[in-house]
Amino acid sequence: MSKVTNILLAGVGGQGTLLASEVLSEVLMLAGFDVKKAEVHGMAQRGGSVVSHVRFGQKVYSPIIPEGQADILFGFELLETYRYLPLLRQGAAVVAGDLKILPPGVALGRMQYPEDIPGKIRAAFADTKIVDVMGLAQAAGNERTLNTVLLGALSMRLDIAEEFWIRAIESLVPERFLEQNLKAFELGRKA
Amino acid sequence: MEKTILSGNEAFARGAFEARVKVASAYPGTPSTEILENIVRYPDIDASWATNEKVSLEVGIGASFGGGRALVTTKHVGLNVMADPLFTLSYTGVRGGLVIVVADDPELHSSQNEQDSRNYAKFAKIPMLEPADSDEARRFTRLAFEISEQFDTPVLLRSTTRLSHSKTVTFLEERVPEQPEARIERNPPKFVMLPGNARKRHYDVEERIVRMKAWACSQDFNRIEEGSSELGIITSGTSYQYAREVFPNARILKLGMVHPLPEAMIREFASKSKTLFVIEELDPFIEEQVKAMGIAVHGKDHLSLCGELTPGRVAAGIKLETVPAGFEHQETLPPRPPNMCPGCPHRGVFLALNRLKAFVTGDIGCYTLGFMPPLSAMDTCVCMGASIGNATGMTKVLGTEEAKKVVAVIGDSTFLHTGVNGLIDMVYNRSSSTVIILDNFTTGMTGRQDNPATGRTLMGQPAYEVDIEGLCRAIGVRQVRVVDPYELDLTRQVIKEEMERPEPSVIITRRACMLHKTQTPARKPPLIVDADKCTACKACLKLGCPAIVWESGEGKARVNKMLCVGCEVCTQVCKFGAFGVCDE
Repeated sequence: MSKVTNILLAGVGGQGTLLASEVLSEVLMLAGFDVKKAEVHGMAQRGGSVVSHVRFGQKVYSPIIPEGQADILFGFELLETYRYLPLLRQGAAVVAGDLKILPPGVALGRMQYPEDIPGKIRAAFADTKIVDVMGLAQAAGNERTLNTVLLGALSMRLDIAEEFWIRAIESLVPERFLEQNLKAFELGRKA
Repeated sequence: MEKTILSGNEAFARGAFEARVKVASAYPGTPSTEILENIVRYPDIDASWATNEKVSLEVGIGASFGGGRALVTTKHVGLNVMADPLFTLSYTGVRGGLVIVVADDPELHSSQNEQDSRNYAKFAKIPMLEPADSDEARRFTRLAFEISEQFDTPVLLRSTTRLSHSKTVTFLEERVPEQPEARIERNPPKFVMLPGNARKRHYDVEERIVRMKAWACSQDFNRIEEGSSELGIITSGTSYQYAREVFPNARILKLGMVHPLPEAMIREFASKSKTLFVIEELDPFIEEQVKAMGIAVHGKDHLSLCGELTPGRVAAGIKLETVPAGFEHQETLPPRPPNMCPGCPHRGVFLALNRLKAFVTGDIGCYTLGFMPPLSAMDTCVCMGASIGNATGMTKVLGTEEAKKVVAVIGDSTFLHTGVNGLIDMVYNRSSSTVIILDNFTTGMTGRQDNPATGRTLMGQPAYEVDIEGLCRAIGVRQVRVVDPYELDLTRQVIKEEMERPEPSVIITRRACMLHKTQTPARKPPLIVDADKCTACKACLKLGCPAIVWESGEGKARVNKMLCVGCEVCTQVCKFGAFGVCDE
């Protein structure tokens, strides 16, 4: 049986993590894989911690990633990226944006946002890429394209032709934002 | 066949379309909501949000008795609400096929309990199918309508969060041939459940389940996947996926129908397996029935009765294999619970309730987040509509002064769901409690659906808007007051006055949800904190607004411009005028 690849997406409700996982699973289906994607709606939104599991290969059974077997952690916020490291296998890769969104305990001054998260992630997972998402999204002309920047960075880790990514973005991003998103995707690939 | 990727909920909707469903009805509820939201894409299905689940099933029954196919969907706890018509529907059977999708929520991702709905199939003596992925969700929906008409029975179709909210590769099929036009057909012995008729129908129900049990043994929705005879696994639904993931070589009996069980097939399967396991989430529903057949089987002696299964939990329970320890944090991470949005109209109400030290009987909706610190102003939460009856009951046992502290809070949609019954009871039975109806013009928590007070139907048609004040007055509430919850002092004053009043009163706090789809209040420019005026009193932090951040370094409050919507509620809690409009 060919190996299944497991990608765990982690972010904050309202950041567009679920739209990114939508694009990702569309790409994988276009590329001919069996794909499963699992996430939770409802209470998990409203600024809470959000994860989405994406699995692909020749044949996928469980929609959720078996514990300790995530191959790639795809993070949209630093603390949320850091939070889910225990679900990774040894030697897994991390692709994450360097964005900080303060959780309530920190915003109220009662807790500390952990220091030097990129350093801590790198110490445990050598194959870590932290992307300056906000800078690149601004360069693409719209701060809200930061998820597409990250998808660009992720695309360099997966052996899937660029055309499938472009087709998935074209089919899921509203037309008026398409040009900015395609530019954001290219900037992410070069990051 | 066309191939696509669909969520379980999208696939149920597609299956209903392929099966030529005529009527679909539901009350929103995670994780089932998106089924009806997707059915709207198919314009020849009449889809509607019912006021509650009981009504949705009654609408479905009417459509079925009229001769059309009907789909009713609900979350697990909604099945409790529709249980009354369900049990008698089992006796009447159907005319047009009638299928109820019930979505359970093991792990309580977004629910108040994790009941196992499979028990309802056995209790009501009706069949239940359980798909394991989106393509099965679509195919089983088609199949469920065939079974419903073939065996003259409603059919339950069980989902869980991991099916409803997972996307998997799915095929699309042609629709079934067009159904004949619906016409009235009278049949009192079948449809009028007076004792004389119902007594006879009960025999039909018992006979039906026996017939189905035998029939299910030869149907391909129950299948055996061959493998090593060392380990035999009986499983269904998403649990099947975990079983396959963890035991690639096991022999598996995958049940597509979990009630009634195919007894002869199970006996045959068990006789060829050295060790037999049932892998199922929540209750030992299959396990107990297999044991009752006199077959030795393992299950809940290895797997938990609580929470959802995962591949790791299945491996740990049955193979006694633990996942090797991976990365471990050396520090406690700040949690990130869900929170009311910036500009949420509920915030001011809960700030007032906190300050008035009210005992708040709560209800189900976004405002249940009023429980979270720093607002911390919710003391009970049981089920949809419970807040008002709970308040009535509390005031019956408390002394006069204590009783004044009791306040029920309920959203507009939840009030119309089942809260209104509680209010009738409160007035009729002379309780003196205070009820706050948080009217944000939408059913918020499930993703902002319309309801009978919003003036729009699920299919986007204009509708009469229920006059909530008029309704409360008609029930007999003499004090009905409406306030804008953005006006903090007024809101607090009104709540205080009504808590004191020795008669039932209703306060409607009215302002649109910040995320409202059609009447989004214009986002105003973000505010800014004047650091010179900020005295570090932290009064603004008591709002729990995600846009207000405490800068520990400087010892000052700051506004996150990305999140602030300019609602100006914080300007009312700051005594020093430190919040101003940002002029950048």
